[in-house]
Amino acid sequence: MTTAAIDCDLHPGVPGIAALMPYMDEYWRHTLVERGIQVLESASYPPNAPSSVRGDWRGANGAAPSTVGQLQTQALDRWGASIGILNPLFPVQLPFSRDMSAAMARAVNDWVRAEWLDRDDRLRAAILLPNGIEEALAEIERLAPDRRFVQAMVLCMGEVPLGRREWWPVHAALEKAGLPLAIHAGSAWRHPPTSVGWPSWHVEEYVSNAYGFQASLASLLTEGVFGKFPGLKVVLVESGVTWLPAFLWRLTKSWKGVRFEVPWVDRPPAEIIRDHVRLTVRPFDAPEDADTIARLLDHMRSDEMLLWATDWPHAHFEGDATVPQGLPAGLLPKIMVDNPLATYARLREGGTT
Amino acid sequence: MTRHVVAPVAEIPPGARRVVEAAGKRIVVFNLEGDFFALLDRCPHQGGALSGGIQCGLTLSDEPGWYHFSRAGEFIRCPWHQWEFDIRTGKSWFDPRRIKVRPFPAGVAAGAELVEGPYQAETVPVRVEESYVVIEA
Repeated sequence: MTTAAIDCDLHPGVPGIAALMPYMDEYWRHTLVERGIQVLESASYPPNAPSSVRGDWRGANGAAPSTVGQLQTQALDRWGASIGILNPLFPVQLPFSRDMSAAMARAVNDWVRAEWLDRDDRLRAAILLPNGIEEALAEIERLAPDRRFVQAMVLCMGEVPLGRREWWPVHAALEKAGLPLAIHAGSAWRHPPTSVGWPSWHVEEYVSNAYGFQASLASLLTEGVFGKFPGLKVVLVESGVTWLPAFLWRLTKSWKGVRFEVPWVDRPPAEIIRDHVRLTVRPFDAPEDADTIARLLDHMRSDEMLLWATDWPHAHFEGDATVPQGLPAGLLPKIMVDNPLATYARLREGGTT
Repeated sequence: MTRHVVAPVAEIPPGARRVVEAAGKRIVVFNLEGDFFALLDRCPHQGGALSGGIQCGLTLSDEPGWYHFSRAGEFIRCPWHQWEFDIRTGKSWFDPRRIKVRPFPAGVAAGAELVEGPYQAETVPVRVEESYVVIEA
């Protein structure tokens, strides 16, 4: 891994509501204590699931790493990276109260700013967006002036499909601010994560994220978001990647026959998605032999879509094997440096605050 | 190419179409407001008979939510996968350069002119006082 690498997916673990208290206003500081809300965990990342945190990175009682020092020791300093992008997964999407969701998102973003961004110049972050669209817009406006926030993040299974016009003020604000929309695996649990009902098991839910990503992409594409906001980039984080070619094939093939329903989609969907959408490389759902991966990459018909990520501290590899097995070495400089720079306008600016 | 008399004009009124055989090919002839157009009756995708599809207009858009409808009836959709082809040119909407149906020149000729030949009119008896749809195939 080159020291110029840009790691596009790192997860600062919020150790509990108590850590966020200094970043809450007086009302929320008191009411969360009075209501006994001490932790908030999403079924998307069960704390003890082996994939949620790599074993050798867990702290006391199996806790997820939650300090910038752990990130430096376990990842940034160990492997070298010029920039790391923090994507906080604290589940602010869960509360049905839009006000609570927004209060938690503000607190997480300010916690990231004070306890991570201010402590390591290499770090950048996603603005974690709350559930309500108006509150999401307010959070973008509040934080966009801090150029260390380089994207805004939602989950692939939220309340409303991401392309619908309700979301357009957010897309407009992101385009204007030069912030990609990051869509991360996970659910706000407003709907079953499959369209046929509730899954019974963690593995069933885990693989269902691919449907959430596909539905989100189909929504953004068919609603015409990429034509309406031509400067908007979308980054799929922890998508698994390799379902994309088959999905694009079907989307494009079917579009040819029903495109009069969505006449604003005026060129093949696969081309539009290749222009606007990027994907982080961990996890990378594929066998580890180079020939198979070469064919998969050929099916993507682009070497500009993949972004480097270790997905620390999620468990995808042992030791220091940060590069997914079978990825062609010649592609790594593009994935690690060129593609992230092309994706994130604010990384091209270089500076910090 | 040979010119073929395929029907009296009155038998393919505006908006109508008819499948004819000429030079061993199935060809679909359209009347768009009095102008005649002929396409090979075979979709370049998987061979569906275009004559079984619906005629539609062209829907374009400048931005989501805005529908500009024009050229009613001037496109044919293959009944198999609904690909749209411009009846005037045979070109598909979504990839006009590469995906197109073979067009044939079509027009109207007076019977008086036709009885003198050189036309293939073996299936359509020609009378001097009528007009006929003629295609080159």
